[in-house]
Amino acid sequence: MFGKLKEKFSSFIDKVAQTEIKEKEVEEALWDLELALLEADVALEVVEELKERIKQRLVGQKVKIGTDKKKLVKEAVESAVLEVLTPERKINLLEMIESKKEKPFVIVFVGFNGSGKTTTIAKLANWLRKNGLSAVIAASDTFRAGAIEQVEEHAKRVGVRLIKHKYGADPAAVAYDAIEHAKARGIDVVLVDTAGRNELNRNLMDEMKKIVRVAKPDLVIFVGDALAGNAIIEQARQFNESVKVDGVILTKLDADARGGAALSISHAIGAPILFVGVGQSYDDLMPFDEKWMMEKIFEG
Amino acid sequence: MALENLGKALNNALKKLARARTVDEAVIKEVVRDIQRALIMSDVNVRLVLELTKKIEKRALEEKLPPGISRKEHIIKIVYEELTNFLGKEAKPIEIRGKPTVLLMVGIQGSGKTTSVGKLARYLQKRGYRVGLVCADTWRPGAYHQLKQLAEPFGIEVFGNPEEKDAVKLAKEGVDYFRQKGVDVIIVDSAGRHKEEKGLIEEMKQISSAIKPHEVILVIDGTIGQQAYNQALAFKEATPIGSIIVTKLDGSAKGGGALSAVVATGAPIKFIGVGEKIDDLEPFDPKRFVSRLLGLGDIQGLLEKFEEASKEVKIEQDIEKFIRGKFNLRDMYTQLEAMQKMGPLKQILQMIPGLGYELPDDMVRMSEERLKKFKVIMDSMTKEELENPSIINYSRIKRIARGSGTSVRDVRELLEQYNQMKKFFKSMNRRKLAKMARKLGGMNFGGFGI
Repeated sequence: MFGKLKEKFSSFIDKVAQTEIKEKEVEEALWDLELALLEADVALEVVEELKERIKQRLVGQKVKIGTDKKKLVKEAVESAVLEVLTPERKINLLEMIESKKEKPFVIVFVGFNGSGKTTTIAKLANWLRKNGLSAVIAASDTFRAGAIEQVEEHAKRVGVRLIKHKYGADPAAVAYDAIEHAKARGIDVVLVDTAGRNELNRNLMDEMKKIVRVAKPDLVIFVGDALAGNAIIEQARQFNESVKVDGVILTKLDADARGGAALSISHAIGAPILFVGVGQSYDDLMPFDEKWMMEKIFEG
Repeated sequence: MALENLGKALNNALKKLARARTVDEAVIKEVVRDIQRALIMSDVNVRLVLELTKKIEKRALEEKLPPGISRKEHIIKIVYEELTNFLGKEAKPIEIRGKPTVLLMVGIQGSGKTTSVGKLARYLQKRGYRVGLVCADTWRPGAYHQLKQLAEPFGIEVFGNPEEKDAVKLAKEGVDYFRQKGVDVIIVDSAGRHKEEKGLIEEMKQISSAIKPHEVILVIDGTIGQQAYNQALAFKEATPIGSIIVTKLDGSAKGGGALSAVVATGAPIKFIGVGEKIDDLEPFDPKRFVSRLLGLGDIQGLLEKFEEASKEVKIEQDIEKFIRGKFNLRDMYTQLEAMQKMGPLKQILQMIPGLGYELPDDMVRMSEERLKKFKVIMDSMTKEELENPSIINYSRIKRIARGSGTSVRDVRELLEQYNQMKKFFKSMNRRKLAKMARKLGGMNFGGFGI
């Protein structure tokens, strides 16, 4: 899925390596890189920063004409991308859950409308169960029509309990009840499904803050749509500002998405990407790390 | 609002032209580059952007200036023309042809199909059509319930069966059911799918050939990026796309992906979704959209919104009266009510020529909250006070504040606001009315009372 991006990177490296590292040539080659990144849905803001870093690294460097140069250029490009992609903090979810003394471990899922929160929660519940952990889902999306029925059916299929109220109920109260339920039954993890919200709607963002205040989650996960373009950077930023985002799950990567959103989100909020969604079945959730992405980009 | 940043960026680019002493090749190239950046940042397909800006640059450099036209005006016109070319020229309203007219909604997962089905059903119902909805989404849990919960409060019937796994059969049965019922429009909702899911794309083909829709509507998420073009192309190859609805344009959505989908499918955008409420669906007019984009304002859009709102709220006053200074609190109240019916203040303000991009978000939000408070305060006033605000003295202010559960300061603020509005309408006379009237070109001012 990152094939195209990888190809462009390779052609960029070839171009620079064939010539001496003069500013003009670097800029020319950077134009190709810029287009490639943009076509891969990396936000313009990120592309420009990346370009600047690469230029700083390359221009003015005096290297002999020879085979070493290609390697040098490649390294410059790689390290610039990796710098953006490497999170400041890492998360090992299973370790984190197991090391928490007092059950339950609470995860709140937030995101824009239609990014795939509910499906992701079902997949994660499935993943947790496979790893020997019990989970309960809180149906805290009490707003969107059909949301409760949707998550209820998912819960039934993956075999976890669901705590629900009526539509229009206080989402924070639903989360609270689910946590109490988990405490009483010794359930390991509470997954709180929240309504999709527009990051510019202040009331909805405040409501989300309240859910987080009440649920006191161990993790806030931002669910982002890999098909999104430049908007994702603003989404990630706004959600991170309202409730500190600890981790990211990127969805719909099977839809031929080029994955540029991964770079944009990392650039915007620096939170690690935990998983990527790669299909409609419950097992289509893949652990993510930046090395994997780097390999995808640069291999061959 | 849709493509707001693109509008801002384009405006800034064009401002460069106005500031430049002489408009030479270097300036034009710089402006074109800015436009390019703006379009890319708005998620328009990169290849399309390069094509489009090349055309703009070529025309700006080569075309002769008509006499009496400034270089700036000429370039704005070129940008306007090329963008409208790109978007399709004419507004194409939805046509209700046969009885029943069958519409099929398709799109990627999470793009907002079901919400849009609900909105479109309500839109058509308001215009006097009897609508039936069919849920042929056999994939996503809760899809049928979602549609029911959206539509049934408005008495719109939904056909579906969460147990049935065959979407083609379900769609066919649903359409037959509503045919017998004699409805005017049948809208069929389908499961989300993307171009890599060959089986689901095939299913869509089969649904389409089984129910033979008059129009297949592609729902595109306003936040989608570069993939929009290829995805839209894949849908089009499976079944002809008649029109597009762009959703979620009320957030940070850039909307450029949707524009790319227009080019890929050759189908026009007919509606845009601008909020979560069932009424948050607007007909789309490319020309109007581009002029809004370029900060030229959207007076036609404003007119239509007022018209829509006035169906429910009686607005008796007209602008003439306000300009003569006869504007009292009762008028202000009517205005506030009308405005609230029309949706977020920001959307309305953006349609007023020359005002478009000048208001900071925070200010707009605060204004919205204040407007609500103002209404509450005015509810505590007597008829005399509303009609003749000058009689409101300190003791009346205290009574109104107590009655409305607000403070003296709040009431004073309202009166201040009222005085400002009154002044504004007076000044409109001299400054803006002439300009607005010219833009409207003889259109009747009365009745929509801004």
